[in-house]
Amino acid sequence: MPKQLMTFQVNGETREVAASPTHTLLEVLREELDLTGTKHGCELGHCGACTVLVDGEPVLSCLLLAVEAQDAAITTVEGLARDNNTLHPLQLAFAERGAAQCGYCTPGFLVSGVSLLTRTTDPSRDEIKDALSGNLCRCTGYTKIIEAVELAATRMRETQQPVPSSRSRRNRP
Amino acid sequence: MIGTSLPKIDSYAKVTGAAKYADDLTLPRMAHGRILRSPHPHARILRLDIARARAHPGVLDVITAADLPRRYGIMPTTQDEYPFALDTVRYVGEPVAAVVAVDEETAEEALDLIEVVYAPLPTVSTIEEALAREDIRLHDTTKRGNIMKEVHLDFGDVDEGFAQADLVREDTFFFEGTTHAPMEEHSCVADCRPDGKITLWTSTQTPHYVHREVAKVLEIPRSRLRVIVPPVGGGFGGKCEPFAHDFAAALFALRHGRPVKFTLSREEVFYCHRGRHPVKMILKTGVKRDGAITAVHLQTFLDGGAYASYGLATVYYTGALLTVTYKIPRYKFDGMRLYTNKPACGPKRGHGSTQPRYAFECQLDKIAEQLGLDPAAYRKQLAIEPYSTTVNGLRVTSCGLVECVDKVVEASRWRERRGRMPAGTGLGIAISSYVTGAGKAIYWNDMPHSGVIVTIDRGGGVAVLCGSSDIGQGSDTMLAQIVAHELGIALLDIRVYTGDTDLTPVDLGSYSSRVTFMAGNAARAAATKLRALLFEAAAAHLGVPAERLTAADGRIHLADDPATGLAFAEAAQLAEAAHGTLSAVGSYTPPKLGGEFKGAGVGISPAYSYTACVAQVAVDPDTYDLRVEKLWVAHDCGRALNPTLVEGQIEGSAYMGFGEAVLEEQVFRKGLHKIPSLLEYKLPTIYDTPEIVALTVETHDHEGPYGAKEAGEGPLNPIIPAIANAVYDAIRARVDSTPITPDKIARALKERQRPLPAPARPHGAPTPIEVMPL
Repeated sequence: MPKQLMTFQVNGETREVAASPTHTLLEVLREELDLTGTKHGCELGHCGACTVLVDGEPVLSCLLLAVEAQDAAITTVEGLARDNNTLHPLQLAFAERGAAQCGYCTPGFLVSGVSLLTRTTDPSRDEIKDALSGNLCRCTGYTKIIEAVELAATRMRETQQPVPSSRSRRNRP
Repeated sequence: MIGTSLPKIDSYAKVTGAAKYADDLTLPRMAHGRILRSPHPHARILRLDIARARAHPGVLDVITAADLPRRYGIMPTTQDEYPFALDTVRYVGEPVAAVVAVDEETAEEALDLIEVVYAPLPTVSTIEEALAREDIRLHDTTKRGNIMKEVHLDFGDVDEGFAQADLVREDTFFFEGTTHAPMEEHSCVADCRPDGKITLWTSTQTPHYVHREVAKVLEIPRSRLRVIVPPVGGGFGGKCEPFAHDFAAALFALRHGRPVKFTLSREEVFYCHRGRHPVKMILKTGVKRDGAITAVHLQTFLDGGAYASYGLATVYYTGALLTVTYKIPRYKFDGMRLYTNKPACGPKRGHGSTQPRYAFECQLDKIAEQLGLDPAAYRKQLAIEPYSTTVNGLRVTSCGLVECVDKVVEASRWRERRGRMPAGTGLGIAISSYVTGAGKAIYWNDMPHSGVIVTIDRGGGVAVLCGSSDIGQGSDTMLAQIVAHELGIALLDIRVYTGDTDLTPVDLGSYSSRVTFMAGNAARAAATKLRALLFEAAAAHLGVPAERLTAADGRIHLADDPATGLAFAEAAQLAEAAHGTLSAVGSYTPPKLGGEFKGAGVGISPAYSYTACVAQVAVDPDTYDLRVEKLWVAHDCGRALNPTLVEGQIEGSAYMGFGEAVLEEQVFRKGLHKIPSLLEYKLPTIYDTPEIVALTVETHDHEGPYGAKEAGEGPLNPIIPAIANAVYDAIRARVDSTPITPDKIARALKERQRPLPAPARPHGAPTPIEVMPL
C-alpha cells in the first residue's frame, strides 16, 4: 500500500512522516519517529508495554492505526520529563524505589501512572491497581511499582505543583 | 555505599525511554529477518524448496540447515540441535528456515513462498508416552528409547534408614511446566565489516556462551566475533543459550556485509521456551516418631521437550539440592529426563530445584500432621547446621534458615492465627535453599568464573568492565557500588561497561544466581589493587604511612584526620605518574568443592541462600476460586549490598512462584501449544498478585563480597509449596499437582472422604513401596 503523509503532535512537537496507512501508531513512533522508548511485548493488546497517552488517555499504540492518531496530542515516555531535564515525579520515584528492574514494561507503566496522577494526586491503592491493570510486569511483582506511584503522589501533594499533563502539552506551540 | 539503597545506575535511562534494547537498535542499510517454523510436532522434511522465496523482490537471502550444518548445544556433551532443522522437525515452532529481506513485511511474505513437504511421524508428548513408546525415537543418540539422561545416586543405605523409621511416607507429585515470558521478545542485530569481523548485539543472559557457540557453528575464530549485550528486557533463564536468530543474523551479516535485525513475535518466544520442566516425582521419606529423618528416596521424571538444552544439569539439579536444608543421613536419587515432541525445556529461575522442593515441603507438611507437630517448628527442628557437609558432599557455609522461619512466623502471626482462621482460609509454610552460583562452568575448565577490569582516568573518572549481563536484577549497579565503596567515590563518577566480548573479561553470565558473588568478588579484588596504588602515591605526597589512609567522599585522607588528604583525582594523577596508566584486574574462581562421584559437579556452590515463606489463602466455597491473599517471605541473602534491590528480587521471585502455583501452565494438545499468547498464558496481573512482605536476613557469608549471597532465584522456591500447604490448611484436602486450579480443588473436596488417587505413576517406574502406618 502506498505511503501516506501524516502529521502528528508528539510530545508537544509537530512531526510529519510518510508511513503506510496499515501501520500502527506503535510502528510509526518506533520506526519513523525514532521514539523507541515505547515498547512492544505482544503487538496484540495483551501486555500494555506500548501504552502511550492520546489526548491524555492511556491507549495501546499497537492497536491504533497511526492515521487515526493524527489529530490528537500524543505523549510517549520521552515526553514525560520537563524540557529542562527534570524528571516527572513518577519517573524519579520509579528510579528511587527500584520499580524498573529490566525496565522493558516501565514506559507503559509510567504513562499509565502519569495519566492517573494527572487525574488525582491522592489515589487509593485500588485506584492505582485499576489504572495499572492493563500493564504486565514480569520482574517486580508490582510491589515497588505501587510504592513508586504512592511516593510520587505524596510528593506531588506536598509540593502542590501542577505537573505538565499531556492535555496542557497539546496547547503548547 | 555497601548496604545502601541507591537507585540503579541505569534507572534514569530506563525511566526516560533512553535505554536501547536490542530491538531499539537501527543501523544504516539494516535488513530484517523472519523465521519459518515447523507446523508439525514430529516430521521428516522430504523437500525444502527456497527458490521462489529467494526470487521474491526485496528478499536478500534465505538461510536453512544447508547453510549451517553444525550441531550445537549449550552443554558440551549433549549437542543435539541444529540452528535450523536438518532433516527432521521435533516440535511445533522449530526453526526450519530464515528469510532476510529489505523490510519485515517482505520477509514475512517470502516465508509463505518456501515450500516444505513434511512426512508426519508419530509423536510422544508426555513422560508416560516417552517411556512407553520406545518405537518412536526422537534422537538416535539415546541408549534406550527417549531417555536423554538417567542418573542414579546413592548416599548411605536408605533401606536401613527406612527400616529404622517409625513412619514412611511415599507420595507422588506432579509439577507442571511453565515458561519465563520475559516482557521483551528475543531480538538481535548483527553487522559485519568488510574485514570479516562480526558484531552481534543480542538480548542474552550469557554472552560468553553465545560467543562460543555462534563462532563454532559459523566456523570462524572467536576473535572475529564480538557479542554485545544491550539492556535485556528480562530473562529468568529463557535467554541463556544461542537461538536460531543469533546464528542466522551473524551468518547473513558475514555473507553480505550488511546489518540485519531479527525480533521474535510473542508466539515465537513461547516456542523458544527453555523453561521449567514438567516433573513427576515419587518421594519416599522415613522419619522417627520425633520427626527426625532417617532416609529419603527421590525419583524424578523430567519431560524435557525435543532437545537437551540445559537438561543434563536440570536432571542432576532435581536431586542435588534436596539435601541442603535438612539433616538427611541417607539419600537416594534416581532421575530421568525424557525427550518429547515439544519445545525444549531448560533453566527457569530455581533451575531444577523448584519442583522437588515443592514435593518435599508438601510431604513434610503431611508428615508433620501425622506426627502432630507444628509445621514451622518442625522445619526448625530439622534444619541443617551452618558450616556442615550434606550427605551428598555439598559444603554448606552460612545458613540463616532458622532465622528465616522465625521471621515469617512472627510477621504472619503464625502461632496466634494458624488453626483459628475463618472457614475456607488457611496458612501454610515452606522453606528452601538455592545455589549462589554454580561451582562449575558449563564447560569444565580451571579459568576464573568472572573477571573485572577497573581503570582510572586523570580526571578521577573510573571505568568498570565485566562480561556480566544485567538483565534487570541490577548487577551493573552492584559492580559500581563495590568499586565506589573501595575507592571512596560517588556512583556518578563510575561508568560500568558489561557484556561485550571484545572489551570485557569473561563472566559466565546471569544464571545460577552467580553474579553478585562471583563478579562482585572480582570487582572488589580489582578495586582493592588500585586503591593500594592510590594510597601509596598519596602517602608519599602527604608524608604519612599508607596504612593510616582511607578513601571516602571523593578524597583520600587520614582515617583519623580527614583534613589531611587530597582529592581522588589528584591522588589518581600522582599514582599514574608513579606507576603508569592506572588499571587493575580482579577475578574470581570458586574453591574446589564436592565429592568424587559422577554428577558431583552439579549442586556445588560457594554458598547457599535460604528462604522461608508463609502463605495466606482463601478458597471461595462456591466457585473454588483460590485467592492468595498475602505472602511473607524471609530470605537469607548473606548481606544486602543494596536492600531495595534485594527486596525487589524477593518480591519478583514471590510473584513468579505465585504464578506457577496458581495460574501458569505451558500445556499442549496434540503437540500444539495451547496458549502461546500473553492473554491466555496467565501471567499474574496487578489484580491477581498478592500482597508480598519481603524480609531480609543477613548472615554475612565469609566468602561472599562483604558477606553477600544470592537473592535472584532462591526466594521463588518456597512460595509454591507454602501456597499448596495453605490450601490444605484452608480446605483439608490435598492437591498434589500444580497449578492449583479451581477444578482440582473441586475434585479434591469431592473426594476428601476417600483417599485421593495419587497422580498416575509413569509407566516403567519402579513399583510403589509400601507405606507403613505409624
